[in-house]
Amino acid sequence: MALTIASRELDGVTVLDLSGRITLGEGSVQLRDAVRGLISKGQKHILLNLAEVNYIDSSGLGELVSAFTTAKNQQADVKLLSLTKKVHDLLQLTKLYTVFDIKDDEASAIASFK
Amino acid sequence: MGEAKSGQLHLTLESTTESVNQIEAEAEKLAVEAGLDEDERFHVSMAAREGAVNAVLHGNRYDPAKQIAASFEITGAALVITISDQGPGLDPATIPDPLAPENLLRGSGRGIFLMRSFMDEVHFRQLHPGLELTLVKNLASSTQIA
Repeated sequence: MALTIASRELDGVTVLDLSGRITLGEGSVQLRDAVRGLISKGQKHILLNLAEVNYIDSSGLGELVSAFTTAKNQQADVKLLSLTKKVHDLLQLTKLYTVFDIKDDEASAIASFK
Repeated sequence: MGEAKSGQLHLTLESTTESVNQIEAEAEKLAVEAGLDEDERFHVSMAAREGAVNAVLHGNRYDPAKQIAASFEITGAALVITISDQGPGLDPATIPDPLAPENLLRGSGRGIFLMRSFMDEVHFRQLHPGLELTLVKNLASSTQIA
């Protein structure tokens, strides 16, 4: 299933609700374009809701890292919300769990940007 | 195109992301046939996907004149997937450790690590030209196919 991205605003935070796969050719480019588009418009607070993402390959992991570093370079923050078990395990295996600010609850995630 | 030979499936594919998806799907089918559980099926199909990505992206570099070959087999004791490309080859020892603190923020370089994490054996063989990757998942006695 290809990646779909829906965007919404909550208290100055842009929440991107992602659904599908983040893989080479099936979502990495969409994710990159979405995050870079927001940052280029000056958005500093971006929350990636991964509740409906059940598959990320190494290319997708690379895009998540790239989103994180691109944001940091522009004094912006990208945080992750609601990981599925497979994605959680993958981030632990690759030690990326230590890189990202990962939240389980949307309200506390939104509040954490303040 | 595919061809079944005494339990083996051999595919010759173009250097495209569609081929990556096809190899992943065939690996998933093989894992189901081997009787692996959901987590193990995920590991096998993802390792195959990573191998296919390496072949298409880093090996053949999407060159339409080059092809990917893949084979899928269940032996008595193991599930074996072989993927080869026609690229310049690779010395896996030159790939930086993706878990090293200085490499955590790199945008690439995790594919081989994931393959090694998910499979029991990962072998590389230099072809001339190209690289052959062999992925092996040992089958427990309860899941072996006779």
